[in-house]
Amino acid sequence: MPSPSLAELAQQLASGQIRAADLADRALARARERAALNAFITLTPERARAAAATADAARAAGRAGTLTGIPFAHKDIFCTKGIRTTCASRMLADFVPPYDAAVAERLDAAGAVLIGKANLDEFAMGSSNENSAFGAVRNPWDPERVPGGSSGGSAAAVAAGIVPFATGSDTGGSIRQPAAFCGLTGLKPTYGRVSRHGMIAYASSLDCGGVLARRAEDCAQVLAAIAGHDNRDATSAPRPVDDYRAALDRPLAGLRIGVAREYFGAGVEDGVGAAVREALGELEKRGARLIDIGLPNARHAIPAYYVIAPAEASSNLARYDGVRYGHRCAHPASLEDLYSRSRAEGFGAEVKRRILVGTYGLSAGYYDAYYLRAQRIRRLIANDFAEAFRAVDLIAGPTAPTVAFRVGEKSADPLAMYAADVNTVAVNLAGLPAISLPAGFSAGLPVGLQLIAPAFAEGMLLAVAHRFQQHTDWHLREPGDSA
Amino acid sequence: MALDPAAVRHIARLARLALPEAEIAPVQAELERLLVLVGEMQGADVDGVEPMAHPLDETLPLREDRVSEGDRHAELLALAAEAQGGFYLVPKVIE
Repeated sequence: MPSPSLAELAQQLASGQIRAADLADRALARARERAALNAFITLTPERARAAAATADAARAAGRAGTLTGIPFAHKDIFCTKGIRTTCASRMLADFVPPYDAAVAERLDAAGAVLIGKANLDEFAMGSSNENSAFGAVRNPWDPERVPGGSSGGSAAAVAAGIVPFATGSDTGGSIRQPAAFCGLTGLKPTYGRVSRHGMIAYASSLDCGGVLARRAEDCAQVLAAIAGHDNRDATSAPRPVDDYRAALDRPLAGLRIGVAREYFGAGVEDGVGAAVREALGELEKRGARLIDIGLPNARHAIPAYYVIAPAEASSNLARYDGVRYGHRCAHPASLEDLYSRSRAEGFGAEVKRRILVGTYGLSAGYYDAYYLRAQRIRRLIANDFAEAFRAVDLIAGPTAPTVAFRVGEKSADPLAMYAADVNTVAVNLAGLPAISLPAGFSAGLPVGLQLIAPAFAEGMLLAVAHRFQQHTDWHLREPGDSA
Repeated sequence: MALDPAAVRHIARLARLALPEAEIAPVQAELERLLVLVGEMQGADVDGVEPMAHPLDETLPLREDRVSEGDRHAELLALAAEAQGGFYLVPKVIE
């Protein structure tokens, strides 16, 4: 029996077959049973039980929405009022926000039941979830392997059947790559579609909130709840939210899918390339047309991203000064010592590395050669996509070049780790929406197919993914309990 | 891209990250490798290309200048490790 979809869970709740309180208890019990995955930093049982009781009462009063009573996890980057929000950093190990992120408010309002805060790479910087002050997360498909990152706890929690969906954030692939590694559907919306208010900042021109779940239709339902304009985020898009659920039934006939040859380049494992090509063949069989395309500046995406993201990080993370909130060192000798020692103690190695690189790229004498040049490449990359979308509706390729790698395999080599993002970072530089969906297996591990759409075409992405999932069952495969 | 220990100390100072002497050499080696990676950008032809700072090229919205949140002084100050009399406490700045 495959895990139920969100719509099926809502149906079971509506028919009285199950109560929200039962779902919450079950999720909490499952989280404890799978504690070895280290998917959670904080579980919130009291709050979950209270929210479930509220959801059951709302349903009894005839005020239930599509997510009322459904348990979920937040990536611990979304501020939750009264619940500590760590961003997997020692810096914020005791930080209890006095307010909710917009995404948290909206899911609360929709009646979804938070059961805990999921582990992640510290400040969302990483591709394996090994950079967490709270320990690495394990992949439910193979506990010796990473779940991907940075939304690794979210992905592991859904893949292990703890929650049916989880929030994530994606700055360079942090929703899509863990979705690919854990056999899930992961949606990164258009930049500005989901409010960043209360989502702890990493690189503000790239950060994007989104969702991980089993099915595209589940993602559609959650996106409908979290998308929309918010005055508190000046970059949130002031345009109406499409009816994503209604769009799901669009047919594939006539759809033009651009197959980007750069996304199948060196570094893409044979088994991954083969599974993705087979998945594309399935879409072709269902009426889509595959068209070979080129994205000539794709090879510059990683270097440009690793200038821009660290530059923005160095500026965003300047706020952690040991004064207003967060870690403060003991016995500071001076104000300067307070700043630099609090930060050195509070941040982990990868975060420091990116702050230093970003500071360098923005410093006098190097700004033009690094930051400004990277911004010009960013324009070239966005132009490549715009040009491609004149001839195709979607762009496809493998989400990640490999399947989930072993814990420790790349953690000593930042450059090898960065290469895991080769097919995902360009999407963030251009601000486009993209989805990763389960496309098969290689060596017994899940492979992800990435589809990229023009800005605000989430409805089309979800529809194509949904169609694909009606004809395949990769997204319904579940790992055993060996982990 | 070659750095020297003085450059590493300078960057760490700008970033306000305490860096013990023993860590300077390994951090220098690591930064040099990263600069080789990002140096690959030099291969791109960017002549005449307008820099792109943000995915939204539109102008940011303006709003009326009015208070949108109430006074949360006490709530926010409570997050600080050290505060006194309504102020944040830091080591003495003026001798």
